Amino acid sequence: MRDALGRVQRVLLLGGTSEIGLAIVRALDLVPGAEVILAGRDPRMLAAAASTLRRDRPNLRTAVEPFEAAATEEHGALMDRVFARADVDLVLPAFGVLGDQARAEREPAYAVEVLRVNLLGQASVLLEAARRLRAQRHGTLVVLSSIAGVRARRANFVYGASKAGVDALGTGLAAALHGTGVRVLVVRPGFVIGRMTTGMPPAPMSVHPDDVAAAVIRALRRGEEVVWVPPMLRVVAAAFRVAPQVVWRRLPR
Amino acid sequence: MPAGRPAVLRGWGRTSPSPAWLTTPASAEAVAAAITGPAPRGLLARGLGRSYGDAAQNAGGLVLAPFCLAPPSLDVAGRTVTAGGGESVDRLLRLLLPHGLTLPVLPGTRFLTMAGAVAADVHGKNHSGDGSIGRWVRELVLLDGCGELRRLSATEDSDAFWATVGGMGLTGVILSVTVRLLAVVTSRLRVLRRRVGDFDAAVEALGEPNPHRYAVAWLDCLADGPALGRGVVEWADHASPEELPPAERAQPLRYRPRRPPPAPPASTGLLRPQLLRAANAARFRRTPAEQSTLVGFPSYFHQLDALGSWSRLYGPAGLVQYQFLVPDGAERLLRGAVEALRSRAVPPYLVVLKRHGAGTPAPLSFPAPGWSLAIDVPAGAPGLAPVLDHLDEQVAAAGGRIYLAKDSRLRPDVVPAMYPELPRWRTVRDRLDPDRRFRSDLDRRIGLSG
Repeated sequence: MRDALGRVQRVLLLGGTSEIGLAIVRALDLVPGAEVILAGRDPRMLAAAASTLRRDRPNLRTAVEPFEAAATEEHGALMDRVFARADVDLVLPAFGVLGDQARAEREPAYAVEVLRVNLLGQASVLLEAARRLRAQRHGTLVVLSSIAGVRARRANFVYGASKAGVDALGTGLAAALHGTGVRVLVVRPGFVIGRMTTGMPPAPMSVHPDDVAAAVIRALRRGEEVVWVPPMLRVVAAAFRVAPQVVWRRLPR
Repeated sequence: MPAGRPAVLRGWGRTSPSPAWLTTPASAEAVAAAITGPAPRGLLARGLGRSYGDAAQNAGGLVLAPFCLAPPSLDVAGRTVTAGGGESVDRLLRLLLPHGLTLPVLPGTRFLTMAGAVAADVHGKNHSGDGSIGRWVRELVLLDGCGELRRLSATEDSDAFWATVGGMGLTGVILSVTVRLLAVVTSRLRVLRRRVGDFDAAVEALGEPNPHRYAVAWLDCLADGPALGRGVVEWADHASPEELPPAERAQPLRYRPRRPPPAPPASTGLLRPQLLRAANAARFRRTPAEQSTLVGFPSYFHQLDALGSWSRLYGPAGLVQYQFLVPDGAERLLRGAVEALRSRAVPPYLVVLKRHGAGTPAPLSFPAPGWSLAIDVPAGAPGLAPVLDHLDEQVAAAGGRIYLAKDSRLRPDVVPAMYPELPRWRTVRDRLDPDRRFRSDLDRRIGLSG
């Protein structure tokens, strides 16, 4: 249960080695002795991430759960296990692959796999979590969208399509869960400098995972439903939406 | 989905609201049906919502609104009254005082239910001599987690009795309470007030042996430097008819409490440290060094009720009341707590100091020999969480505890140290409610049930 000072006790991070995900968890207002559950594919890396979290917060309890984004048929059982032990205060699905756009266009089956993780995996997790949070009548769902979902660009429209889908799921769930005591925060970061974007030249207004985390914490404290990181991105996105296609399709990235 | 109307419930501090389904049962059978019927998130009986935190809420579950299955039954000669769990102390006092009777234990508000009073094992300004309400309860009628009726007392299934006293509603629904009463001859109190210049002077004054029944100290903890904790110590006794002015002797037991004014619109957020500091200073200067005065029943016992929903003044973020008890010998923590808050720029708007005597055998009961300090602070004050966490540890290390009826931010880790009888309570709770039908947000947050 969240306490009167806004601190949470039990957090589920799906994509337990995600840089942004872990940055957000590190920045959260946690009750001493809170539990963070890291769900992901690689047990060794999850254990390493867990012990790094515990190093900074000695009272933190951590647990590890196997989770495969594309294996949507298993998500329900995972959620049942996690929610059965105690209420969950915050669910953060922080997984996705950038994918290779060129390959996606050459091999549609590969594009489908990217979408299976980024869109279907997210849809499954978001809906499973939403259902259980709704039954609790309390909790927070943090949805990691992206500027890439605002308007698909030629350079990464497969990734863009998945983020557009996640964004719609997030805003749709925010509406659906309104009044149930469950809060949804849709996070729309710009280019995030990190593992996923290694080797790519940073775009204008790029941010670091810790910037995203700080913005998320601020938005959670204020009870906001949408947060752009950086805030100016909202204006940029508005411009993106109205840019004529003849200009848009020529964007180099 | 449980039956009932959707409602968002929260405590007096106006923090951590949670939605539930609220229903008002019309019979004991209806309550038993609610207990044994489908309820995936459990159920909980709620009183008048005077606990400050999340003790009377059950997110996503069923909550029973206050109900009475019978009017109160008063035995004047035997000095007892049997009241439904949902009966308010306010209504009960209106019934009792004309007969020269009162509840021997009165907490700071009269707008609480009898069941709530028992579930929180409330205490008043006379704990040193008279103990908490649990000491005066002759019998409880409880519907347990299996929907079974149980008559509990200190001699009949005393484990279950003492687990229910202070049990925060987690052992069952209290259908009725039979309580022993105190005889009074007037509805006034003779109050002795003494102004004290600082915290240590207040502790010294309250620590003096004294012949009075009631004692409390109101402290100004917004004052700076050596004036920190200056305030007013009050001792009081029920007045005798000779003490009343001639005009009032005709109706010595007259009791007409005023209805509280309507609540301020929405959450007004009028409180500011500067405002309160000035108000406190003015009140301190206005109070004579020594004063003996006659005060009416409501003015003495239920001063805060006169302000209605005063917690709204704290604004949308609400307030936190940090009320803790420390045993004799740990008095330094009283002043230390206030200083810790001030050092982090957290303004303690209202600070009340009380002396305590022997407690009851109830495992989760708050009062025990020593001192309690209740501090009201705005919930939105930056940096509040770590200060209070640290204070919790100091309080626990000193053998003290936090009052669960006021708590809204305690963490599970420190609870076993504060309530060493917790394992014993859990055993009895599991006997009375083996399927954990009774749940509350407080229970989920601090892990009372384990």
